[in-house]
Amino acid sequence: MTVELQVAQGWLTVCELSSLIPGRGVAALLPDGSQAAVFVDRAGRPYAIGNQDPFTGAHVLSRGLVGTAGGRPFVASPLLKQRFDLESGRCLDDEETVVRTYPVRTAVTS
Amino acid sequence: MSEPLPTIVLIGHGMVGQRYLEALAERGATATHRITVLCEEPRPAYDRVHLTSYFSGSTAEDLSMTPAGFMAEHGIALHLDDPAEHIDRAARTVTSRSGQVFPYDVLVLATGSYPFVPPVPGKDAPGCFVYRTIEDLLAIEEYAKTRSSGAVVGGGLLGLEAAGALQGLGLATRIVEFAPRLMPVQVDEGGGAALLRTIESMGLTVHTGVGTQEVVTGADGHVSGMRLSDGSTVDTDLVVFSAGVRPRDQLARDAGLDVGERGGIAVDARCRTSDAHVYAIGECALAVDGRVYGLVAPGYEMAETAADDLLGRAKEFTGADLSTKLKLLGVDVASFGDAHGAAPDSLDVVWSDSRSGVYKKLVVSPDGVLLGGVLVGDADSYGLLRPLTGSVPPVAPEQLVLPAGVGAPVALGPSALPDHAVICSCHNVTKKAIAACSTLAEVKKCTKAGTGCGSCVKVIGQLLPAATDKGLCGCFPFTRAELYEIVRTRRLTSYEEILDGHGRPEARGGDGCEVCKPTIGSIIASLAPTLGASGYVLDGEQAALQDTNDHFLANMQRNGSYSVVPRIPGGEITPDKLIVIGEVARDFGLYTKITGGQRIDLFGASVDQLPRIWARLVDAGFESGHAYGKALRTVKSCVGQTWCRYGVQDSVRMAIDLELRYRGLRAPHKLKSAVSGCARECAEAQSKDFGVIATASGWNLYVGGNGGATPRHADLLAQDLSDAELVRLIDRFLMFYIRTADRLERTSTWLERLEGGLDHLRDVVVHDSLGLCAELEALMADHVAHYRDEWAETLQDPERLRRFVSFVNAPGAPDPTVKFVPERDQVKPDLAVLTIGGAVR
Repeated sequence: MTVELQVAQGWLTVCELSSLIPGRGVAALLPDGSQAAVFVDRAGRPYAIGNQDPFTGAHVLSRGLVGTAGGRPFVASPLLKQRFDLESGRCLDDEETVVRTYPVRTAVTS
Repeated sequence: MSEPLPTIVLIGHGMVGQRYLEALAERGATATHRITVLCEEPRPAYDRVHLTSYFSGSTAEDLSMTPAGFMAEHGIALHLDDPAEHIDRAARTVTSRSGQVFPYDVLVLATGSYPFVPPVPGKDAPGCFVYRTIEDLLAIEEYAKTRSSGAVVGGGLLGLEAAGALQGLGLATRIVEFAPRLMPVQVDEGGGAALLRTIESMGLTVHTGVGTQEVVTGADGHVSGMRLSDGSTVDTDLVVFSAGVRPRDQLARDAGLDVGERGGIAVDARCRTSDAHVYAIGECALAVDGRVYGLVAPGYEMAETAADDLLGRAKEFTGADLSTKLKLLGVDVASFGDAHGAAPDSLDVVWSDSRSGVYKKLVVSPDGVLLGGVLVGDADSYGLLRPLTGSVPPVAPEQLVLPAGVGAPVALGPSALPDHAVICSCHNVTKKAIAACSTLAEVKKCTKAGTGCGSCVKVIGQLLPAATDKGLCGCFPFTRAELYEIVRTRRLTSYEEILDGHGRPEARGGDGCEVCKPTIGSIIASLAPTLGASGYVLDGEQAALQDTNDHFLANMQRNGSYSVVPRIPGGEITPDKLIVIGEVARDFGLYTKITGGQRIDLFGASVDQLPRIWARLVDAGFESGHAYGKALRTVKSCVGQTWCRYGVQDSVRMAIDLELRYRGLRAPHKLKSAVSGCARECAEAQSKDFGVIATASGWNLYVGGNGGATPRHADLLAQDLSDAELVRLIDRFLMFYIRTADRLERTSTWLERLEGGLDHLRDVVVHDSLGLCAELEALMADHVAHYRDEWAETLQDPERLRRFVSFVNAPGAPDPTVKFVPERDQVKPDLAVLTIGGAVR
């Protein structure tokens, strides 16, 4: 199984699903030079959001800890610990802040 | 046809003006009146009290006091940048600068005050400023960009703030105060002396008892220096006048309203001027007690009074509390009540410690009533002392000023306060009103307490009912200590098993959270050898529990790069090893810094560099210093008897032994230690979690000290110990702490929380009153026997090494956003590349 991300050019293969540790993320470099943070939760569902932490500007969200709040998955930024909903990109600690999200899917390796 | 609504014109939209509008809104008067506000500044009301925070990153928006939509919601017409220029009392109109004429039924003057600039030659030269508005700050900031020194005329509250701001802008800063001490209005001689010492130790130059005679200008007409009344001349590129404020009453004078001899619009107890249609509130008003108040709290009270009077409600303003608590240049300063002991026969109780810059004075009457006080350097007790003013405190006054640890003072809690004690003096809120709420948010919403200067927030927290849920987080109903016992007795080594078996029902089956994951990761790590689990923090599921620092065995810095800190036990290092560190830093372009803990930090490593850096260091005999973990960091040492003519024991050997024994020990909080070879204490052991000081006959063990924001001296646990006794006691102490402390609770707060305190701790770890000691020692023996270096272990595992890449889909590519620029012959993060571009905000 591979993890694929939808970008302007179509579906981009990021990595093998097995190379993701449940509860942790990895960063992916996208064709336009921007970065995505890709996660898989305990149930094996993948998520992808922008990698840049809007509070500090650093590209580090992929290195945060994944958790569940109100039944929804989130990642806590490793710098100042603000949490971001992995499905909507909304910051749970500041309603005016949102990071972008990417459609993501797993695909059987051909 | 319906009657037109009566019209209120408010002149001035500062903090007090805005408070007046809010008071009208709260009383429903905005629906029954038409309201127009004329404001001179280009922006609506903002928090002038915290003006200086603009320089520490607050934006003009952060400082705003005007809730979004407030004006529209209440139908208030706000005219910015259009000050009132003329009042015609006969016609009841105000004309603004733009020429508009506003008729009024009620006129409210909230014109505030203006900074007083002494009439010295040169005062208008380019480079002279006042410190009053955001625009003033912007002008100072711009001018300071190309300058290197600045002077503040005036050493009062605002002068010290301005000096802090100049220093923050990188200027060599001096303060010139005419009075013989700083803050002459608020603090007394002793407090002024303590303040002076602390401020000078921060690198500022202070002149007291000296006036400014002339601002000297250079050939270009700009400020170049100042001539002082003692005949000296000092160089300075910039002068900020902060020599007090004067009420802005010109508009009122021109309109023929009564003003005081020394200025201020005269008002009665209901804030009415000599014209019944005109009110004056805040700093422009001369209150009925003959004072012009230059603080925001009395201004707020006047705003409430004037609003009440408009609606025919009786409330009188006859004077206000002048208490203040501020953090000036990082120094706590507070004064309250009769701070100068003006009452006849009043007595002073003084505690002064010039080493730490702490000065505390209470003024009491002969019959024990607390009249007032001054606190410099430590104003923690302000929140409790101010409401006690006017009553006899429940404990002797000396116990209220002595520091913790001296003379066993009674910890006086807010429960000692009477119901009518005013806790928030900005908004005049009593203990009773606060006790009716259950959360801080509710207190702020219902009473406004805690939303002014903020100095009461700590006491409010103590008045609120303690949260009944002691659970660690939303996932677990247990404390850290309870979870430790669950993990230990049930021998659990899997986070998922712990969450699904012991978590709150709603959290089971989920992914946990960023609070409990590292906490349980730490508990499992510190019990691992005993549980028979792998102690390696990146093994299997453990890897997903670690905070990023532990996950990458390095410390993440602000631009996403990492710092690497090799262990240097006891701070002892060979020249060869020093050279290796230098070579590694040079080859990888790292910034190097010798730390407060006798180690060398290497900053600026990217993720993909980490394994290569460790490989070089491990080859040279270094291992991880655990700078990233909630674990033992360093054991500092002096050189001890080996080299020092005063040393009585070999402190270096002991420090190395202790550091190697406890390296890698995961704990609720990071741990630090030190060993001093004699009572001169060069290693500062008494500020550590555990500290050792040599005596002629052995070692003295101190525990529970810490530096940081709230420093605490360690307590002496046992004396004249042999090497073996010392190690045994530390083993027991550390394991007892790890077992019972809360998450992120340092040993100092743990010790203070521990029921029975130091005596209980001594009973447990020295006299084994709980029969635990054998178990605690066994846990530590397991830890010591199973220690492995995490760097070396990671380097031997190709699977783990694959995580150390910037991008999973481009393993060779470095992260282009981790960039550096030069500073002082080394590198620092290039923050310009971190501008928020990709994110939707």
